[in-house]
Amino acid sequence: MISIENATKRYGETIVVNGVSLTLPAGGITTIIGPNGAGKSTLLSLISRLLPLDSGMIAIDGLDIVSAPSDALARRLSILRQDNTMTARLTVRDLVEFGRYPHSKGRLTAADGRKIEEALAYLDLQTLADRFLDELSGGQRQRAFVAMVLCQDTDYVLFDEPLNNLDMKHAVTMMKLLQKAATELGKTIVIVLHDINFASCYSDHIVAMSNGTVAFQGTPDDIVRPDVLQAVYDTTFDVHELHGNRIVTYFV
Amino acid sequence: MQSFHFFRCRLLKLFGALFLLFVLMGASVMVGVSELSLVSLFTNGDATAQLLLFESRVPRTLALVLAGVGMAVSGTIMQMLARNRFVEPSTAGTVESASLGILAVLLLAPGLPVYGKMLVSTLFALAGTGIFLMILRQFPLRSALMVPLVGIMLGGVISAITTFFAYRYDMMQSLSAWTTGDFSSVIKGRYELLWLSLALTIAAYAAADRFTVIGMGEQFTTNLGLTYIQVVRFGLVIVSMVTACVVVTVGMVPFLGLIVPNIVSMAMGDRLRRSLPWIALTGAGLVLVCDIAGRIVIAPFEIPVGTVLGVLGSVFFLYLVLRKQSRAT
Repeated sequence: MISIENATKRYGETIVVNGVSLTLPAGGITTIIGPNGAGKSTLLSLISRLLPLDSGMIAIDGLDIVSAPSDALARRLSILRQDNTMTARLTVRDLVEFGRYPHSKGRLTAADGRKIEEALAYLDLQTLADRFLDELSGGQRQRAFVAMVLCQDTDYVLFDEPLNNLDMKHAVTMMKLLQKAATELGKTIVIVLHDINFASCYSDHIVAMSNGTVAFQGTPDDIVRPDVLQAVYDTTFDVHELHGNRIVTYFV
Repeated sequence: MQSFHFFRCRLLKLFGALFLLFVLMGASVMVGVSELSLVSLFTNGDATAQLLLFESRVPRTLALVLAGVGMAVSGTIMQMLARNRFVEPSTAGTVESASLGILAVLLLAPGLPVYGKMLVSTLFALAGTGIFLMILRQFPLRSALMVPLVGIMLGGVISAITTFFAYRYDMMQSLSAWTTGDFSSVIKGRYELLWLSLALTIAAYAAADRFTVIGMGEQFTTNLGLTYIQVVRFGLVIVSMVTACVVVTVGMVPFLGLIVPNIVSMAMGDRLRRSLPWIALTGAGLVLVCDIAGRIVIAPFEIPVGTVLGVLGSVFFLYLVLRKQSRAT
């Protein structure tokens, strides 16, 4: 369980995350949606201690993210941001192996080796394992990064817009894979998503943010409704029932 | 089993390269103004030849190897810290700051022993490189090429200060004698400080994984449970001390930290645990080759190795820049 109490983050005068109190349940997929500048990515960065809190408290299974040792947190929670340009020239296998760093500190055991092979297989990367990241397509590279955080084997896995730069086929594959990781591996997955329809189809729990606060939260049935979405995004929506899912249109 | 095979294969290649380095070291010992005959050395116990060998030739070769290893590894660490392929101690203000430190010693405490000089020079190098990294943090630069430009400008400002004071106090000549990369004056008793840079390089190898993680960026570093600023500080100390050791003993060895890490990275990537030994060997080999060439081309005179590397390095720098651009388009 991730518990957030009164989390606040300012950049100069602007308050980006404004006193958010929120409990994210363990297990399943939670998505965070909301318009640009709502503070979704910042909140994710706060939870994963990539950004320091200005005030408030965040705990992962009771482990305070400010006082807990960083390497203990790294065995509990992992995050993948959206901008993953790296100067270091690494192969896919190198990258995935570094996912074991919090556990092995660079001395890989046989158990680490198995985790690495599993992660590579899980993302269907075995044939690309010895290629350098800068020789891959955007989608392949994204898969390699996901393999790395899965290899880190933490209970909580956070993703900031993991579908960016992916075409439709790869976006669907990625969401199915995250769903599989949640159900098969028992991970708690938190995703910042732009596409409401993916959130609607794959989430167990949706958090809708606007202006640095949590506007609504609940199941997809609670959130994917014209009145709720209009309040969050300030534009009109039509919600359609399609094969048991709620699909949103907002194009006209 | 398979990975064991790979491991053995890699080790074999490394030993091959090490053997090649020893051959180069042998050649470096044999090349010089006075003839050195191995036969007369070991059969008749030729005293002059022995003196030449152990007082001048061997120290020079060792100094070349140690400086080459140190600067190549420092360049790699700088590139990981700054997350930029064009950075090395001479394009980040490190070398210029170390030289300013030497001038400060020459002016204020000329009697300080060489270790004291090195220490002061290290502190200056730390400060200069720290300023460079702070500038990079404060002003995120859009183009990768801006980073070394900022470093070169910072270096320019620092060496302008150095020149100003050196000129005022009539120290230009002795300063340039200290800082021009020249191994011809290396004799026994005047290079041993470089062993310290080797020790630091070995310490850097122990932290190889951490430097690779730093090269993946601050967010990846935090995600993997490392404290970014701690690793950066450790890297800064290593780079500054190694640079100061090299500048104090033999002067500037420019561009080495740029050429070698890039070549090795192209061939085998940046997993430093794997590539650092190669970077060290290639660094040593390249300095040896440049020095031998400098000694042969206009014999009996010498072209300082710094000059040879400067020419080679600028050509390679251009190649890197053009390659990046043709890739980007």
